[in-house]
Amino acid sequence: MQLIFEKSVVNGRRALTLPEMNIAEYKLPEYREEIDLPEVAEIDVVRHYTGLSKLAHGVDDGFYPLGSCTMKYNPKLNEAVAAFEGFTAIHPTQPKETVRGWTDALNMLSDYLCEITGMDAITLQPAAGAHGEFTGMQLIKAYHKYNKDFGRKQILVPDSAHGTNPASANMCGFEIVTVPSNSEGGVDIEALKTLVCEKTAGLMLTNPNTVGLFDRNITEICEIVHKAGGLMYYDGANLNAVMGICRPGDMGFDVVHLNLHKTFSAPHGGGGPGCGPVGCKKALCKFLPLGVYGSKLPKDTASKSIGKVKSFGGNFLVALRSAVYIVTLGADGLLDASELAVLNANYLLALLKDKYPVAYDRICMHEFVLTAENIKHETGVSALDISKALLDFGIHPPTMYFPLIVHEALMFEPTETESKETLEYAADAMLKIYDKLYTNPQELHDAPISTAIGRVDEVQAARHPVLKYNK
Amino acid sequence: MAKYTPHTSEDVRDMLQRVGVESVKDLFNDVDKSIRRTEPLNIPEGVSQFEAYNKFKSMAKKNVVIDTILRGAGSYDHFIPPTLPALVNRSEFLTAYTPYQPEISQGILQSIFEYQSYMCMLTGMDISNASVYDGATACAEAMHMCCDKKRKMIIAGAVNPQYTAVIETYATAGDFEIVCVPEGSNGKIDLCALENAIDDTVAGVYAQSPNYFGLIEDMKAVGALTSERKVKFVYIFNPVAAALLPTAAADGADIAVGEGQPLGISMGFGGPYLGIMTCKTAMQRRMPGRIVGETVDNRGNKAYVLTLQAREQHIRREKALSSICSNEAHCALTATVYLSLMGKEFINVAKQSVSKAHYFMERLTAIDGFTLKYKGEFFHEFVTECKLNVAKLNKRLLKEGCLGGLELDERTLLWCVTEKPSIEQLDTVIKVIKEVASCN
Repeated sequence: MQLIFEKSVVNGRRALTLPEMNIAEYKLPEYREEIDLPEVAEIDVVRHYTGLSKLAHGVDDGFYPLGSCTMKYNPKLNEAVAAFEGFTAIHPTQPKETVRGWTDALNMLSDYLCEITGMDAITLQPAAGAHGEFTGMQLIKAYHKYNKDFGRKQILVPDSAHGTNPASANMCGFEIVTVPSNSEGGVDIEALKTLVCEKTAGLMLTNPNTVGLFDRNITEICEIVHKAGGLMYYDGANLNAVMGICRPGDMGFDVVHLNLHKTFSAPHGGGGPGCGPVGCKKALCKFLPLGVYGSKLPKDTASKSIGKVKSFGGNFLVALRSAVYIVTLGADGLLDASELAVLNANYLLALLKDKYPVAYDRICMHEFVLTAENIKHETGVSALDISKALLDFGIHPPTMYFPLIVHEALMFEPTETESKETLEYAADAMLKIYDKLYTNPQELHDAPISTAIGRVDEVQAARHPVLKYNK
Repeated sequence: MAKYTPHTSEDVRDMLQRVGVESVKDLFNDVDKSIRRTEPLNIPEGVSQFEAYNKFKSMAKKNVVIDTILRGAGSYDHFIPPTLPALVNRSEFLTAYTPYQPEISQGILQSIFEYQSYMCMLTGMDISNASVYDGATACAEAMHMCCDKKRKMIIAGAVNPQYTAVIETYATAGDFEIVCVPEGSNGKIDLCALENAIDDTVAGVYAQSPNYFGLIEDMKAVGALTSERKVKFVYIFNPVAAALLPTAAADGADIAVGEGQPLGISMGFGGPYLGIMTCKTAMQRRMPGRIVGETVDNRGNKAYVLTLQAREQHIRREKALSSICSNEAHCALTATVYLSLMGKEFINVAKQSVSKAHYFMERLTAIDGFTLKYKGEFFHEFVTECKLNVAKLNKRLLKEGCLGGLELDERTLLWCVTEKPSIEQLDTVIKVIKEVASCN
């Protein structure tokens, strides 16, 4: 489709006009060259972006089993509430007595999130998961500094971790020490014992881990790190498996970040905005960013604050959607969501595992990882080809080539909001693709064929970058 | 209670049978008894959508929607055309993930490409990323772009204190040094002091125009100085002012960052907002976050795709300059559609803002006891001093449906006037302030 700039008619069209001002225009001493904004009618703009929306694929368009991203249904009720003028048209510096509704909602959400995670206080300020990691790492850094434990410069990160984990720790000045995985995709306990030392600041972990398994050694892992004087950091990317079943705080974690845009149903918006609250145990509450909500905060909360990580309070309209979600589902609904997320993953796995090798063949949690390593070896068809072939069934591909410890990985996370029929349709699609592996692999290399465009030339994009419209 | 799960009890039974376990509880046998909950969470039972809607409706009513907002300081009350939410809230946009699959994501990728083009138009810069969290974090990320062996940044003059606070947090985290060179008595950058502060250990300089007090800085002079001393120049801009003022690129910026909230995004009690980041081509490999580029597909069509990913955390892990993954894509879409809807009329948004701000300032400072604190050229924000207790004045204004200027101290207010309030509204506010002033 043409760019909006290419639809412009010079000296012609306007979508909107401001009312006459009826006062003299103030002349500034110096002006720029007139900015070349498009001249288009409202109908042009409406059709342009409606057209673009039809070239996008959301959860509302079809099944989205993107592992570790928790692409569950985003309730319309949440959107309606987040559009109330009483929430949107509020300046962040308005006096307290004019924002009591906001205060109530954010206190309530903070209390619920503490209860769900087993933490003592939580900040809503971080804007996304990686921002939460960055904030949490600073809490850990501040904690050791406060205790005059200056030698703790290392953060342990499993080799299966998401790239944001080591990157966030690095932004906080930590040295990254990689912890190998065991044969079950979990933390290799013996290796961990040799890696912890007086330099250990903490360990970053997801549990269930990135291969979709609950680490059975979790309490022992926490003990090993704690005994060495380190802290345990919980990446909440996979919390959707365990709401109401067990809590990071009870497993032994000291700091937790959540992804409200995953677990708590806020929409992903094509890549953001998210909201990445960070909760912590009592001993770390004093370091939280300024402006913490909650009705039962420890007295010293934010008294030795790391400062601010974002303007104003946080991505509150995202947080609000999650507050609506939690109120609507309640304790019973959250448990139900996690149980059915795990059931859905296991059901889809059961339908696929006779044909596709599973990286770790066990009862999984909310997601599982297949490996196309042998398939690629035998047929030349890669995880990428299989993913692209799924597009022709109207299914968004699973996460590919992650975690790095599984070769030709395909990570499926169906989420709880999908029906048995949808899972069966997806399994059927995967089995049809499987049949083609041995009969017509070229068709899979050529996929997709039904989409608006075919596979793109990524090399050209990177070698000869065209990153903006040039007239 | 409302549920979003479609399972019938027969579904659950059949699925469990296929999986080969007896009950849903058995799926969680890896969770040790010592940490497995036996009690429900201490959160109320779920409610119907009808009840939840009403609960939050009454919460929203406890917030006061103020008619006339004469305050900015980082969050700006501009008119949001109703066409804007109608388009951007289409669920294909709203419920999509990051466009990692270009074959089914051309709509989102093209909208980001248009966004990047708009941001380059506003700033005159070569490259824009697909957004970061907000203006403050955009400033902080710029520090990682500027600093390599040299790890000191200077903040020159009156930069929004929220931005300074976030830059300082990131600096403490990453072991950078921040030096603030305070503004002169005229509220603007003290160029001599800045020149003296730039030594061999400095990597870059932050300067904001219009600055926190609304004043238009001499950014050309800052650009000349940073270029001469071979340090990076991070220009903090306001996108509405950028419609009229000389561009960041023309003033010699290496990086231009700003808060994109004024581009059709609601104040929303503080977020989500939009972090704009642009730079010169020379710095493109140090730019954080996602970038969309143009290419072709295997059928010969023009296509868009996420590119230059070798900079990012999912490839570089701990060697990445930033950990950003989720960004503010939907806010970037909002800014894009806003600029498309406003088109050239966006220039009038800027002109009316600056004109109304001056109209209001003149009438306000004509009131006995009110003076304009800084005399320099300003855009749509300005600072007044007065004999009145400003907290009391603001209380009275609030009763009349007006959010007065931000209280910088008990005699000083930071005002902002956008295109949104009518002249009648501004005259009414002046009338109220006159009444208060005459009673003192």
